[in-house]
Amino acid sequence: MAINQITLERPDFNFIQNLILSGERVLDLGCGTGELLELLRSNGVKCQGIERDENCIISCVEKGLYVHHGDIDEGLSHHISKSFDYVILNQTIQQTLHPGDIIRETLRIGKKVIIAFPNFGHWRIRLTILKDGQTPVTSLMPYHWYDTPNLHFLSNLDFKNFCEFEKIQIINSAFFRKKEQIKFLPNLLSDLSLYVITD
Amino acid sequence: MSSLSPKSLGIVDTKTVNLGSLTLENEEVIQSIELAYETYGNLNAKKDNAILVCHALSGDAHAAGFHEGDKRPGWWDYYIGPGKALDTDKYFIISSNVIGGCMGSSGPLSINPSTNKPYKSTFPFVSIKDMVKAQSLLVDYFNINTLFAVCGGSMGGMQALQWSVDFPNRVINCIIMASTSEHSAQQIAFNEVGRQAIIADPNWNNGEYSQDAKPRKGLSIARMVGHVTYLSDAVMREKFGRQPPRGNIKNTDFAVGSYLIYQGESFVDRFDANSYIYVTKALDHFSLGLGKELTQAMANVQSRFLILAYSSDWLYPPYQSREIVKALEVNAIPVAYCELKTEQGHDSFLLPSDEQTKILRGFLNYSGRDQWQ
Repeated sequence: MAINQITLERPDFNFIQNLILSGERVLDLGCGTGELLELLRSNGVKCQGIERDENCIISCVEKGLYVHHGDIDEGLSHHISKSFDYVILNQTIQQTLHPGDIIRETLRIGKKVIIAFPNFGHWRIRLTILKDGQTPVTSLMPYHWYDTPNLHFLSNLDFKNFCEFEKIQIINSAFFRKKEQIKFLPNLLSDLSLYVITD
Repeated sequence: MSSLSPKSLGIVDTKTVNLGSLTLENEEVIQSIELAYETYGNLNAKKDNAILVCHALSGDAHAAGFHEGDKRPGWWDYYIGPGKALDTDKYFIISSNVIGGCMGSSGPLSINPSTNKPYKSTFPFVSIKDMVKAQSLLVDYFNINTLFAVCGGSMGGMQALQWSVDFPNRVINCIIMASTSEHSAQQIAFNEVGRQAIIADPNWNNGEYSQDAKPRKGLSIARMVGHVTYLSDAVMREKFGRQPPRGNIKNTDFAVGSYLIYQGESFVDRFDANSYIYVTKALDHFSLGLGKELTQAMANVQSRFLILAYSSDWLYPPYQSREIVKALEVNAIPVAYCELKTEQGHDSFLLPSDEQTKILRGFLNYSGRDQWQ
């Protein structure tokens, strides 16, 4: 996909690229096939990624990206404190074994952390559970209980409560519904939520 | 693949060059060193397309193509040739042997000019650093200042790593496969068993054996032990299981036994016992450290790195590769790391793999663009 097209398809990518300056150092945890890193690199950002899927790693290397094959639960402790301007957890955190530990570790190695996740507080999810009594299957969480990589489900409110409890500062946020950024009633209306946090 | 296949380099030959005297790390001097090498492809006018390929313990300069009359190609023929991962239509490949070995370069079998007799066990100890220093003279010989890449697996990976440390301005890309920044106790242990088997051979004579009465059994047992460590439980189960011995070898009850005996015997015909001791010692003494020490050792490297490990490699386990990756990452040096899922153990890096082809080609294709400052 061409780089200008991808920002239309992925408003979260567009929001992230506007935050990060040329020359800054970024670590993307769970970078997949490297689309976001490729976009950031085209802006002069120094990019690194961690990814556990071998085929994704091969695609990243074919794009000339610097990626580390492995689990993020093990891939962070060697990094020096505050050695990255941004650490990115884009729809990764819900798949990690110990999200609390990961967030604390990313705050140690990154000056700022960008964390985006599917919002489980979306009204359609609430309605599916209430009306049908079923676990919802949505476009951002397109899995069934028996095949999902998602280990944790959280809403905007859950995340804000976590930050408050952990004394983590939220310095920016953005909410998306069907590829558009929204401001109104985000916990009810956004399907994807993004926060920029620091300790 | 036949020698006439369009993707083969066809007939190649090993050359030898005299590179003058070499002062070793331990300050001993070898008056006149020879290094065996092969080249494939053409050096361009700017001399910026050269890739140095470094082989493993028992390898040689014959990495690709066929020697006249041979049915089997060089040890990395799958990856070197026209249109292959190391594309000889684009790159000038130099495959270098090592000093201390016995495949055409200066080593225990060479004639000592001050005695006119073979050095045998009087050949000075050579380190991985010394092997790399000799290779740097070979690169000088081609009037190449900067190598587009240095690439090697196992011992070759140690050489590539040492290249990046000793000649930071001369290596643009560094590819390290199935290797380590230093041998673990387990790796030293297997080498020690091999060396002790050689020393226990009645023909050993402190290394002063004649070519007519070589420590054959000792060296072949050393090779058998080594060979086991290059394979994996899965591959041995699949290849041999509990089948009876094959071929003419009768002094064993199992196929895996006859295979190892055959490997050991044929190794003795092409490898020298003194060299086996010299080169395994070079491997065991190689150490850039671990953790903070390694991070410090890698602080001034300038290359971009591709580090490959193999899930079934229990001799050079992936954690050793990750140590190198971590040291580079902490130094903010660009590095890509992949642990390829394989079944074939340490030998995996030598064997045909589409994934390894893609990753090598992809890494080399992207060199020079968007490189970190």
